[in-house]
Formats: sequence, C-alpha cells, structure tokens
Amino acid sequence: MSDPTITAALRQRFPDAILAAHQYLGQESVLIKREAVREIAQFLRDDPRLQFDFLMDLSCVDYLKFGRSLSSAPTLTTPSPLPYYMAPKPSAEPWQRGVSSDAYRFEVAYHFYSSSHNHRLRLKVPLTAADPALDSVTELWAGANWFEREAWDMFGVTFAGHPNLRRILMYEEFKGHPLRKDYPVRKRQPLIGQAY
Amino acid sequence: MGAVDTSKLSWMTSRLDAALGWARKFSIFQYPYVTACCGMEYMATATSHYDMDRFGAGFPRFSPRQADVLFVVGTISHKMAPVLKRVYDQMTEPKWVVAFGVCTCTGGFYDNYATVMGIDTIIPVDIYIPGCPPRPENVLDGLIKLQEKIAQGRNAPPPTGPIGRPPELLVPHQPDAHL
Amino acid sequence: MSMTDTETRHMFLNMGPQHPAMHGIIQLILELDGERVVGADVEIGYLHRAFEKESERGPYNNVMPYTDRLNYVSPLINNFGYCLAVERLLGIEATERCQYIRVIMSEISRITDHLTCVGASSMELGAFTVFLYMIKAREWLWELVEAVTGARLTISYGRVGGLKADLPDGFADRTRKALQEVRKVLLECDTLLTRNRIFVDRMQGTGVISKERAISYGITGPFLRSTGVALDVRKANPYFVYDRMRFDVPTGEHGDNFDRYLVRMEEMEQSMRIVEQALDGLPGGPLNVDHEGRVLPADVMVDEAKMGRVAGFKQIRVQVDPTLEGSTRGPHDAVNANEKRAVLPAKEDTYGNIEGLMHHFKLIMLGHGIRPPQGEFYSAVEGANGELGFYVISDGTDRPYRVRVRPPCFPIMSAVPELITGDMLADVVPTFGSVNMIGGELDR
Repeated sequence: MSDPTITAALRQRFPDAILAAHQYLGQESVLIKREAVREIAQFLRDDPRLQFDFLMDLSCVDYLKFGRSLSSAPTLTTPSPLPYYMAPKPSAEPWQRGVSSDAYRFEVAYHFYSSSHNHRLRLKVPLTAADPALDSVTELWAGANWFEREAWDMFGVTFAGHPNLRRILMYEEFKGHPLRKDYPVRKRQPLIGQAY
Repeated sequence: MGAVDTSKLSWMTSRLDAALGWARKFSIFQYPYVTACCGMEYMATATSHYDMDRFGAGFPRFSPRQADVLFVVGTISHKMAPVLKRVYDQMTEPKWVVAFGVCTCTGGFYDNYATVMGIDTIIPVDIYIPGCPPRPENVLDGLIKLQEKIAQGRNAPPPTGPIGRPPELLVPHQPDAHL
Repeated sequence: MSMTDTETRHMFLNMGPQHPAMHGIIQLILELDGERVVGADVEIGYLHRAFEKESERGPYNNVMPYTDRLNYVSPLINNFGYCLAVERLLGIEATERCQYIRVIMSEISRITDHLTCVGASSMELGAFTVFLYMIKAREWLWELVEAVTGARLTISYGRVGGLKADLPDGFADRTRKALQEVRKVLLECDTLLTRNRIFVDRMQGTGVISKERAISYGITGPFLRSTGVALDVRKANPYFVYDRMRFDVPTGEHGDNFDRYLVRMEEMEQSMRIVEQALDGLPGGPLNVDHEGRVLPADVMVDEAKMGRVAGFKQIRVQVDPTLEGSTRGPHDAVNANEKRAVLPAKEDTYGNIEGLMHHFKLIMLGHGIRPPQGEFYSAVEGANGELGFYVISDGTDRPYRVRVRPPCFPIMSAVPELITGDMLADVVPTFGSVNMIGGELDR
C-alpha cells in the first residue's frame, strides 16, 4: 500500500475531522480533531484496507517554544547563520506543523503499525493549553493504558474513559508535569533529603 | 587485691579488635542494591572473570537484616530514595555503605528533577567508587579500601546538618540556567 | 466456632521495589490467594532519570551518552537507533562501511543482551552455573566491544553521520574466534537447561499470553515472536544493511516462558550468523595515506598551519592523542558520511587549514552545531526486546526539540499483570525474568 492512500481512505470516510495531512520523509501524518479520536481509531483498527493492529507509540509534544527555543549558547540570542556548506539541501521537503502553535499547545501523536500490510501512520491530535483532554483508546488497544498514563504524568493531558489515570513514572506527591517546556529541568521535589 | 592492669587489658582488647576486624573484612555479606547500568558491572565483578568471592565478598544477602555492607549500585531517583533509606535503617550494626558508580556518588550527569545528587545526602557513605560504570578493577580497588576500613572498625559519620557536604559544594552548578 | 466461620482474605504482597537479582526497580503488588496470584499491579518509575528532558538540553550529539544508558545491556542498538533518526532528519545516508560496522556491533550487543537475560533468569530459577557461563561468554564479547569503542558497557560509539572510529586491526579474526567460543558456551548451557526437567517444568506453561492479546498490548520482539507472530523490524522495515543479510526469525508457538527462552537462544545463533556475514562482506574503507608515509604530531601541525606553511597538508596524516583516535583522515573518512552539516572534519583539516577549522567551529561550538531543518521523524530499529522507536522533532535550532523513545519493554511490562494472574507465586520469577525488563529503558 503506498502512502497517500491511507490519508485518502481517512479523508473519504471522515472528511470533516481532518485538520491537515502531510507526508514528510516518507512518513504519513494526519492531524485530526480531538472529538473524532475514538471513531477514527476504531476505523483504523478495523478497516480491512488499513488494519492497524499495533499501537506502537502514544506520545505527547509540547509546542510552547517551537521555533522560539533558545540555542544552547548563553550569549547567542538569535541563531547563528548557517554557512553555505551547512545549509539544508535544496531538495529538502518543507515541513509545517499544520495548525498554529499559539492556538494548540499540545499534540498527542499516535504511531500505528499494521503487521499485515506493513504500513505505518502517525495520527496527531492537537490540543489547547486550556483544556488538554481527549478520549482514551484503551478499549481498542490494551497497550494504550500505560502510554496514556505516561502522557498524563509527563504533560498533564487527560484521557476520558481511562480506567486508571494516575502517575506512572513520577510519584504521586510530585506536583506539576515535568516534560512541559515551562517546568525547569532542575526543579526537584524530594520526598526525603534536600532539594539540592 | 591487685588493681586491674588496664594497659594489658587495652592491649588485649586492641588485639581482639584487630582479630574481629580481620574476620569481618573477609566475610562481607553484601546487599547489592542494584538499580541501573552499574548493576551490569557489578554482575561482571561478582562472576568468574573478576571474582569478588576471592576477597570474601562472594555472598550477597538479600535481606537487610542479614547483610552488613550496602552496595548502592546505580542511580537513585527521588522516588526510590525513601526505599533506600528504609533498607539502610533496617540493616543492623555494624554496617557500611558503598556508593558504586558516579550516580550514587554525586548524581552523575543526571542533574535533573528526578535524580538524587549523591546518596550521601540521605545516608552516610563509607566508600565512593566513581565511574560510569566503574571498571571491575575499580570496584575491587574500592572493595579493598572498604576492607581496610572494616578492619579498623571505622564508619562514616551520618550526614550532618542539612546536608553532609562542604559548603562550597552546596551551590549547585548551573551552566545553562538561561535555558 | 466452626470452620465455616473462619474468614479468608487475600493477601497483598509487595515484591520490590528493591528486589534481588538484577531487576532492582520494579514493584509488583500481588494479591494472593494462598500461593495463587489472583491480581497484580505493577509500579514502575523508580529509575526515571529524565532522558527526554535531558535530551532537550544539549546539542544533538550530546544525547548519545544518555541513549547508552537506556537499554544498558545492548547500548549500541540504542546509539544507532538515535543516530538513524537524526540522520534521516538531516537527509544523510551513512557510508556503507559504517552501516556494516553498525550491523556487526548491534548484533554483538543483541547477543550480550540475550546472554544477560537468559543467564539472569536461569540464575533466579537456581541454575547458577548457567549464569556464570553466560557471563563468561558476555565478558569475551565485551572485550571485543572494548577493542572497538574503548568501553565495555556505556560506549557512546555512534555519531550523527557515522561512528567514533573504525574497527581496529585484526578485529575480524578476534570476533570469529570469540563467536566460536560463545557457541561452545551456548551449547553447554543448552545441554544444561533445555531438557532439564526442573527448568522445563517451571518454564513451560507459565506466563502464557495469546497472539491477539500480545498484539493488542503492542508487544514486539522475542516476546511477540514466542507467541507465533514472525514480526521483526529488521525484516519488515530493513535499515542499515540488514536487507543483504540472510537470517531467520525464530518463532515460538505457545507464548509461554519456555518458548521465549528457546526464541532467545536461537536468536543468539542468528545474530552470530549475521555478524559473520557482515564481517565477510565488510567493504574496505578508503585509507588516504600520504604516499611518502609522513606522520606529523598534532602540535607541530597546528603551529605550522598558523605560520601558513601548509604545503602537503591535504595528504598528510597527523598523530593525535589516543582519546582522539578515529578522527584522523583514514579511519574518519571510511566510516563517516561525507556530510558537512553533521560530521566533524578529519583532524588534519581542523589543524591544517582554515576552512577545516571554521567547519569544526561551526559544528562544535554551543549555539552553532548540527541543525536539522524543522521536521519530525520516527525511526524504528529492532532492539533486543522489540521495536525501539525514536521520535525526534527538530525545530531548526541546535538542540532537539523533542526526543521520544518508544521503549520495547514498556508494553510488555504493562502486560505483566495479565501474564502472572492465575499462576502461582513461584511462577512470577521465571515470567518476570523472561520479560527482560531493563529499567533504564522502561523508565527512561
């Protein structure tokens, strides 16, 4: 199955749920509205042309500082210019996120794999900062259980219908969501000992 | 009615202490508190190629009540720290602690929200074996230093004050605070 | 009081978070009815070391030491998985020799991982000798890894665009001899375990999972293959030069612990087969040696270049400190892609001419460095436990914006409650051993 057919199948079936779709470096990505997650996930798993039986990964990205992040040098406030031999190749494809990062801060990315058709898809659901919530897909793929718990723990994204949404990598007394861009990397909240 | 000859007595007790120290140093029952990658080098040191058994430290005891040396092997996160303190408290005297690997000595390069920057902020440490992970030869060197310490019956002092560290190390190093 | 008045309750037993043998950091909360496990819950996160947050801090190559410590028994696979993702973002293709070397080192890592897994889990069942034999075999492989990378365990060998250094001389013969010895050890362990009544009784029929449940959990790797699904990323989406290698993918039938043990033993043999094929097919690297054989010490070269006396410096070899081994012209060009956006120039160019110096500066200094264009990529490699995925998002600066690791043992651990419910307490040990949970990968 070659690539745009997955997006075409989705567009044919859910024409108004798709916000954007692109293919970058041979990998297809589709951005959808969060209300349609459960339906589209069910379709992806059950449709005989797609048959995405593996939910390989469910992760979250915080686009708060996208394009605005500082470089690792303390004195360089603007990026240093690239010399000609380090510029990207002219044939390089451009990549756009598909939605504006100011409106949608978070994005949950589902990576699907079909063992029968050997194709992959990245399904992205943009979420706003005010209400990062969407439906859980735990009933469709049992592995989503822990991936969603990790997304909650690290980013604060809630999943409606999840049987057991609590922290998985951090301890319950930890306040805040560490992988968010505004959580300082060294801010410790020790249970015992000092905050150093 | 002769007075007890205390000088002879202290000579005898010091000989007794030396004998006890000798016996203790060659019968180390370690508690390998293994968490991370250093555990692989711990396994390598304990098995036939490098063999800790020839130093008398061959028998791990997985109960804190039965162990006397706590080998903390691998990174300790803040989630694990109370467990470590509990295991240390459950061990009976005399006990020693070996910080195996740089994550336990000072936190390693994991200077972030999740890692304890050195277990000596929580429990007293006798021997520090740095390395990421330390080579088995380093481990054996540390083990021999531990044996000398055991033979002399010395123990590390508990962490004093807020943290058991000299004041110049209390200011955390923040090279990229601008990020 | 008659016997019917006695109340029975289930017992809650904690296994962990500090547990003997090498699984130190998992907490299994078991609900027991006598010896039978009726419910279980798994608590992880005790080794969370913030890999993903730390990788957002440094330039792209600085993430390499953190990736070593993900799956620390097969660190080379993690290194190369990450390098693959960033290289694809940049649009770089590694040289052929580099890809062959990556395949060789990945497979050696896979063998060490399976040796550790089978050794440790058989030690927990009481077969201590097998553990010692397998660690002995692992030491020989670690000596090989040390000869190539300089370290036994945490090697940071991969670089974006290539490798740190080429293989040393005589590596092929040493490897072949070492693999012969490893085969002998595996044969010994096989005779000790595979038809051993006690081992078979404990491993067969315990920890069973069906094909459909395994797929629903997203389990991949030897765990999935033991249920009968022949899915291997090296065959399905080949990367490096795996499409030129001939190897089989062993599968089991029943999805129990014994099948997983057999699958891992057979996979070790297949990995050795791949290493031997790769050694045979290793393309020679171009070694640009000055035909007069001149070698200059590095400080002399730098001083001469500062004075502008650079005659012949394009062909010369420089003698550098052993810690910089692999960065001189011969080994460097053989294994590093000819790609100025990510790969440091050879030391002769850095010391000898101004273009090389500037190029080096532009790649090393903070704030400059490797800058892939804005984009995202998910690269999957076959780790020892299954599909190891790296989802890297770049925003055009010199620091990765997001590096997400899809850990292969994470879904397997989420299936552990299902695996152990219904079995006895003693069956938890072989089941958990065959999961091959590596804490660095699980908690990242």
